[in-house]
Amino acid sequence: MVLKLPKSIGLSQHSAHHYRGKVSLLNHQQNKESQDVSLKKQFDVEEVRKDFPILKRKVHGSPLVYLDSGASAQKPKSVIDTVSRYYSEQHANIHRGVHHLSQEATQAYEEAREVIRGYINAKHSHEVLFTKGTTDGINLVASSFGRKFINEGDEVIVSTLEHHSNIVPWQMICEEKGASLKVIPINQAGELNMEEFKSLLNDRTRLVSVTHVSNSLGTINPVEEMIELSHAKNVPVLLDGAQAVPHKHVDMQALDVDFYVFSGHKLFGPTGVGVLYGKEDLLNQMPPYQGGGDMIEKVTFEKTTYNSLPHKFEAGTPNIVGGIGLGAAVVYFDQFDEKQILDHEQDILAYATDQLSQIEGVKFIGTATEKASVVSFLLEGSHPFDVGTLLDQQGIAVRTGHHCTQPLMDFYGIPGTVRASFAIYNNRADVDALVAGVKRAANMLL
Amino acid sequence: MSTIDDIQNEIIEEFEFFDQWMDKYEYIIDLGKKLAPLNDQFKHDDNLIPGCQSRVWLHAEMENDQVKFTADSDAVITKGIIALLIRVLSNQTAEQISRSELYFIDRIGLKEHLSPTRSNGLVSMVIKIKAIADNLKRYH
Ligand SMILES: Cc1ncc(COP(=O)(O)O)c(C=O)c1O
Repeated sequence: MVLKLPKSIGLSQHSAHHYRGKVSLLNHQQNKESQDVSLKKQFDVEEVRKDFPILKRKVHGSPLVYLDSGASAQKPKSVIDTVSRYYSEQHANIHRGVHHLSQEATQAYEEAREVIRGYINAKHSHEVLFTKGTTDGINLVASSFGRKFINEGDEVIVSTLEHHSNIVPWQMICEEKGASLKVIPINQAGELNMEEFKSLLNDRTRLVSVTHVSNSLGTINPVEEMIELSHAKNVPVLLDGAQAVPHKHVDMQALDVDFYVFSGHKLFGPTGVGVLYGKEDLLNQMPPYQGGGDMIEKVTFEKTTYNSLPHKFEAGTPNIVGGIGLGAAVVYFDQFDEKQILDHEQDILAYATDQLSQIEGVKFIGTATEKASVVSFLLEGSHPFDVGTLLDQQGIAVRTGHHCTQPLMDFYGIPGTVRASFAIYNNRADVDALVAGVKRAANMLL
Repeated sequence: MSTIDDIQNEIIEEFEFFDQWMDKYEYIIDLGKKLAPLNDQFKHDDNLIPGCQSRVWLHAEMENDQVKFTADSDAVITKGIIALLIRVLSNQTAEQISRSELYFIDRIGLKEHLSPTRSNGLVSMVIKIKAIADNLKRYH
């Protein structure tokens, strides 16, 4: 049963659950539960696997074992169907047409925004800006917030754990403004040194921009505490949630975070779309990022006035199908009980850690107490690239290399790691395949 | 003296014995481990070939009209493939190297390693070898 995209739904008052019940974005059988806002679907990994068509394919003659969801997650059928349905039946440009299709597409796009708002519990849907992804969101903030609020002698705080996407945009704006970048150090386990963080916060600090969950190591940072400490000094906080949202709910109002960014493609949605959440008050004070269509109120050659939020930050025809597909992905992910997902992923993590640790020569990089379901490791005496190549020959997809965190690799004095990142559709059999694969690689390489 | 194509054909024949990926890679790893070491003095940044994941160094010298390549990498599979490339292209004249067409990689089923999307430095290495040969051709 495939969706008929939302004709019937008014925008504002609907939660993600409501959205799901009414428009049946979900592809699997609609049972009584999906109509009921209070009941979540029982999480069963074997059932979940059936929702992801790609998991049936073979690579180099072996069944695919996909352990690279940290780089990009696979897509459930409901998302694939939503995307194809949109192009087959609904597509038109949005926000500008008087005709029926344009209005339907606009409504679907805006309802996706509303679904995401509900999911991340933002106060207003105009605080949910569509972007191209995490990188784009951070660049938007660095450029716009930076232009307005960062001046000579000011400081921006990041951490050693950051992805290049949360380093380079700040370096660029700091260089332009004569500001400087301060870096929170970590310990050997890959955890932030909170004492150092406290001492870095001062009255020149304009922003703290840290990752919620480390993509290379899996470390979950104590973001609640960091936000509290920063706010005590009147410093706003941006969280890079790229690796957090695919694993758990994030609540903008409970976190009281100022900016939060993530990518759709890591959250089981399409590529080329993402979200920047920003507090209304801050976003209103910030200048537009890019100029063009949609973001204007009135244009004359003398002066242009800008549209209100969220359009002020959404110049040009957006990734319409991406936004709608991301809405479907959120609906998909949100149907499960969060605790059951976390328990499952932690079980996989513990099992993988235990099994891999029994292989001679395996050394873990990143052993934080609070970890998302990611294992980064080295096989002593061999290069991550070699291990990755031999795993690939066995149909096992892992990521090797520096994972776009070169400063972090430098901290450990290594060229990179082998990283297996798990998602809701990974099971213990995937771990068994990985362990057997690594053993085989070790036999060949050492 | 074998020509470049003679050597390529030889390698293709050798690889015909392997019907399992494991055997093929074991052989490549073995070649990698046995590759004549590159003198540390040549492992400088000028000889470093840009490639994302594993580092590859390439050094070229002329010896009686022939170009001699030595190379190294920190990844052993990369090194094994380098060993094959060197076996094919080293000790040939610049003219021959420049004119050569490398078909053996494809035929022995290692094409993926030489695809431009594979960030292992090998593609850049072949480009560099050709560039060196082109350059030498002009001066000799
Ligand atoms: C922590 C983190 N930040 C930022 C990014 C960049 O995301 P994207 O490439 O989707 O913009 C990634 C993805 O690799 C990531 O893991």
